[in-house]
Amino acid sequence: MSITVYVPRDSAALAVGADEVAAALQEQAAKRGAKISLVRNGSRGLLWLEPMVEVVVNGKRLAYGPVAPEDVAGLLDAGLLEGKAHPLALGDIAEHPYLKNQERLTFARVGITDPLSLEDYQAHEGFAGLRAALKLAPADIVQQVLDSGLRGRGGAGFPAGIKWKTVLGAQAAQKYIVVNADEGDSGTFADRMVMEGDPYMLIEGMAIAGIAVGATKGYVYIRSEYPDAVKVMEAAVERATAAGFLGDSILGSGKAFRIIVRKAAGSYVCGEETALLESLEGKRGIVRAKPPLPALAGLFGQPTVINNVLTLAAVPFILARGPKAYADFGMGRSRGTLPFQLAGNIRHGGLVEKAFGVTARELIETYGGGTESGRPVRSVQIGGPLGAYLPDSLLDLPMDYEALAAKGAVLGHGGLVVFDDTVDMAEQARYAMEFCAIESCGKCTPCRIGSTRGAEVIQRLQAKPAEAPVQAKLLRDLCDTMLNGSLCAMGGMTPYPVLSALDHFPEDFHLAAPKHQAA
Amino acid sequence: MALLNIEIDGQSTQVESGRTVMDAARKLGIKIPHFCYHRKLSIAANCRMCLVQVEKAPKPLPACATPVVEGMKVQTHSDYAVKAQKGVMEFLLINHPLDCPICDQGGECKLQDLSVGYGGGASRYQERKRVVSNKDLGSLISTDMTRCILCTRCVRYGQEIAGIMELGVGGRGEHSEILAFMDLTVDSEVSGNAIDLCPVGALTSKPFRFKARSWELADHPGVSPHDGLGTNLEVQVKLNREVVRVLPRNNDAVNECWLSDRDRFSYQALHSEDRLTRPMVKRNGQWVEVQWAEALQAAVDGLDAVRKTHGPEALGALLSPHQTLEELFLAQKLMRELGVHNIDHRLRQTDFSLDPLQHGAPWLGMPVADWSALKSCLIVGSALRQEQPLLSVRLRRSAGQGARVHLVNPFADDLAMPLGAQLIGKPSELPGLLAQVVQAVAQRKGMPMPAALQPLSSGQPSAQADAIAESLLRESGSAVMLGHLAQHHAQFGTLYALAQALAQLLDCPMGVLGEAANSVGAYLAGAVPHRGPLGTHAATGLDAQAMLRTPRKAYLVMGLEPQLDSADPAATLAALQSAECVVALTAFKGQAPEWATVLLPVAPFTETAGTYVSMEGRVQSFNGVLAPQGDARPAWKVLRVLGNLFDLSGFDFESIADVRTEITPDLSVVVPQTLGNGLSGLPPLKVRASLGTIERIGDVPVYHADPLVRRSPALQATRLAQTVQVTVHPQLGQRLGLAAGVTVRVRQGDGTAELPLAFDAGIPEGCARIPAGHPLTAGLGDALGMVALEALA
Repeated sequence: MSITVYVPRDSAALAVGADEVAAALQEQAAKRGAKISLVRNGSRGLLWLEPMVEVVVNGKRLAYGPVAPEDVAGLLDAGLLEGKAHPLALGDIAEHPYLKNQERLTFARVGITDPLSLEDYQAHEGFAGLRAALKLAPADIVQQVLDSGLRGRGGAGFPAGIKWKTVLGAQAAQKYIVVNADEGDSGTFADRMVMEGDPYMLIEGMAIAGIAVGATKGYVYIRSEYPDAVKVMEAAVERATAAGFLGDSILGSGKAFRIIVRKAAGSYVCGEETALLESLEGKRGIVRAKPPLPALAGLFGQPTVINNVLTLAAVPFILARGPKAYADFGMGRSRGTLPFQLAGNIRHGGLVEKAFGVTARELIETYGGGTESGRPVRSVQIGGPLGAYLPDSLLDLPMDYEALAAKGAVLGHGGLVVFDDTVDMAEQARYAMEFCAIESCGKCTPCRIGSTRGAEVIQRLQAKPAEAPVQAKLLRDLCDTMLNGSLCAMGGMTPYPVLSALDHFPEDFHLAAPKHQAA
Repeated sequence: MALLNIEIDGQSTQVESGRTVMDAARKLGIKIPHFCYHRKLSIAANCRMCLVQVEKAPKPLPACATPVVEGMKVQTHSDYAVKAQKGVMEFLLINHPLDCPICDQGGECKLQDLSVGYGGGASRYQERKRVVSNKDLGSLISTDMTRCILCTRCVRYGQEIAGIMELGVGGRGEHSEILAFMDLTVDSEVSGNAIDLCPVGALTSKPFRFKARSWELADHPGVSPHDGLGTNLEVQVKLNREVVRVLPRNNDAVNECWLSDRDRFSYQALHSEDRLTRPMVKRNGQWVEVQWAEALQAAVDGLDAVRKTHGPEALGALLSPHQTLEELFLAQKLMRELGVHNIDHRLRQTDFSLDPLQHGAPWLGMPVADWSALKSCLIVGSALRQEQPLLSVRLRRSAGQGARVHLVNPFADDLAMPLGAQLIGKPSELPGLLAQVVQAVAQRKGMPMPAALQPLSSGQPSAQADAIAESLLRESGSAVMLGHLAQHHAQFGTLYALAQALAQLLDCPMGVLGEAANSVGAYLAGAVPHRGPLGTHAATGLDAQAMLRTPRKAYLVMGLEPQLDSADPAATLAALQSAECVVALTAFKGQAPEWATVLLPVAPFTETAGTYVSMEGRVQSFNGVLAPQGDARPAWKVLRVLGNLFDLSGFDFESIADVRTEITPDLSVVVPQTLGNGLSGLPPLKVRASLGTIERIGDVPVYHADPLVRRSPALQATRLAQTVQVTVHPQLGQRLGLAAGVTVRVRQGDGTAELPLAFDAGIPEGCARIPAGHPLTAGLGDALGMVALEALA
């Protein structure tokens, strides 16, 4: 009887030597004559503990981490395979406070199963949603998604069910499901973790969407900087097709759905849905004017559901457990859970899936353990490089689309990047403009010109404190034109980090704090 | 279609569902500033200048891309809207150079105009402007790319209207720039419209560069003298001395807002060195410049001597269909008064078997505008883009909307639009191929092939013929058109009869594409040997080919370069050179001294008043925009005086209006009644067997079609004009042991030409496509005859 040992294959673990740890485990176990069965699982999302080795003892998964290859021999000597004590021992990982209090609906299997094992997937409720969907009329599937309150996880928060309903109602010989896996926001990695850690969940979500709207073909557009995710997804699609979960007749239902994995072209703006479609069609990734909506004329001019990875990954749960089970989580109009991603200057970076309503402070302090540097948190950027910077005074806001919008902030894809009190917010603002200048597709005037000139204006302001009030006024006007005039969210949201930095941290811009900031 | 109510700036209107705020504003006459929006192009919504305030919208919205919804309330000039518009303008002016004083667009620049209303007096931005390197797009379009505001009108124009994406955007963000693919030039036959579309001075006319400021120019309405579309021009004259630019005059029923490049740039010929500006006579083998009176007398004496010695049948008149209705009318009147019936304008036509059967003047058979609504179309024998650049634009748009375009053609042509089934065969096979389509349509309708056409059928129609038949029958809205090559074909009568039978089976229009600006007008003027003016009965004379095959003793030649403008240049030149007297009325000297005996300088279309009747029967009169150059005179006046000198009555016209009135007091009423493609009876039908190994496909390239285009240096410098070659199927090349790129000798009768060889699998084996109308091929014979190819020793 061999002992099951888990070593993650997630990129975050691989980057810190998981493969070497796995190899050392095989080698050292063989040397000791111990029979181990090594499973390469996804990551649990406790990234500071990677590579995290788990061993199954008495049905419990006992973890050790972070494990370096040179630790392996000592760990085995100390009795890792029996779950014995060691300075790196973490105990029953399911009881770890970081995981125990999460509400993992989407990430329920990630880190637990072998990502490419269809048996593992099905043993953990996999394809229950698909089987349920196959028994429903398309309109009823769409209704369930509507009832769940699921909103697009890409950032805009548009109700997924309404999008699906539009595509279902459109008449066309060919419709498509497109997955936006061009996860380019700084500090985000949830899409990647899903694809690398539980690819069948995404496949199942896509297939359900296909059945719901009448699409027979799906594309996964994966960020080119995610080579492991591309590999895992390709392998998963192949296996799922061979096993009949995809193909001309899903599980013998007579309903067809096929998936094609595409490597993205390496442009941030290709995460914008219409630019993504252009890129997927083999053209330059530039934004399309809307209308027509992609739901009516999307990929190759056909009705297309284009959803983020996390949106579709939430669908199998909704179909398997019912919309209410999902909608029971969350607050206000933000239903369900969101996998938050903690990054930047933070002690315990990683993935925390919680129902909407949790506060940034809880995420950063309770889960994240404060800054990595140990210094006070000065600012948090939520929602990627186009998200607003929040000062400490706003960290008690609930994580909810509407509550954040009321403060000029966005939830985006759920990434939080933490900065301590050494951050120069003017430099962060300048960087936001520079990022936009580099990534702008160049199609519309405000984004193309405003980003470059915005970076220059901030630079001038930084260099010449005496000009600060004049340049700040110019910067605000420039941001106004970008906000109001841009064709897509790239130019339209670049002012968010800039203006929030200017509003909350005027002293970094050589400006006096406005009176209302005093409190 | 549901009508939606919308209120813009307090004014209410209704628009169809699917229309945009911009459409509604245009309907109300409300101007919204914009750059990238153009009514003929797709919506890009990239310039963001047309931002307006929409009630309940959280942000200003682009009027061009915002669909109207019921009850919408829009403010286009509120403080809120203007603030957004000014913000965008400020951005555009950050990078746009302030070089208006040296910019050709100055005075007619959208950015300049709008910056007056929306721009600041000085920029608040201090950093350097963006600089973009210029591009060499060829001989027609000049670039100053730093001025570009990236509206992408030129890019969309290429994709959507010209049919070829020759310009695109390269680079990203601030580094975005308009460029040609892989540094190629822009070679489309309708490329110049990109100049008009460019809202700034990034793309300007190369021939016009630094010639004038727009406010110095006097605009005169004109009509294109080239193809038979009747394109409306704006002819721009500087200081009453020179035509410096030609622009489109919008007419949605004809050319819309477009020009072909030859319409736009051929004006260069008007001031060419080759203009004939003094009357000349050949005296003792020497050419001498003389006064008008002397030249006219020499013409009269020369023609009269032949008439008196050999009789009037020894005279012939060869007239260009690019001349005006009035000129052609007077020329035939002069001839007929002198008892001469040998009058023709169809020098490229070789089969005249329809002449006795025609009901009226052959025409397009339908309005030009209806081409936009075609559902399917069969084009027989045509190099359509070169023959009819703007009709191609219309057809391309229909094709883009799903119309099915089919060809029966001697080569597979790239029409830069989606094409349906095609039948490609040697010129001699065209009647047989067209007969298959007729037969296939008849079979699908469960009808027999029309009895008279039975001899043309040959077994079962091919699958392609049946596919064409299916497409033409699928829904109403078809048309059958005979292109220039069909009209030049040795079995034109047979092709015509088949096309007509096909159109009858389909119950759809059938027409001929008008080769010249006044091809229809020439018929109406009576410039044909078998009809008088307006189709009246006339004693029958010799057609153009007969006049040349059995040479006359004297000719009156008007507006032609016979060795370039006829079906068989060698035979034509020989006939003219054998004559005792050849009176040439011409605007250009060219090679005329080699074949004429009297040269009378006449005015081109810009220096005379006149009328063209387009291929749809549209009568368009125009006035001269300049006094004739040198001693040149309007041809109608020259012909009038010739009539006087012959002591003929009825030549006392005081004005061009008198001439017009003599033709008929009301042209626009009479002309439609005299058009007609019907036949009384069928011509002798024949399917010719191939004559030998290599059949020539001698189509006339777009920039060699008439004396004007041949003299435009800018057009002649284009790749289209520069490419003169023999094109054959690669297998023929292999069989002859000839490689692509080598120079080969073409032999036709006694004539030869040496041209580079090119391969194209779209040419049937046993054919060689060798352009006609070109000086390099002017020594050859019949444009659709037999040739031999050989390697140079």
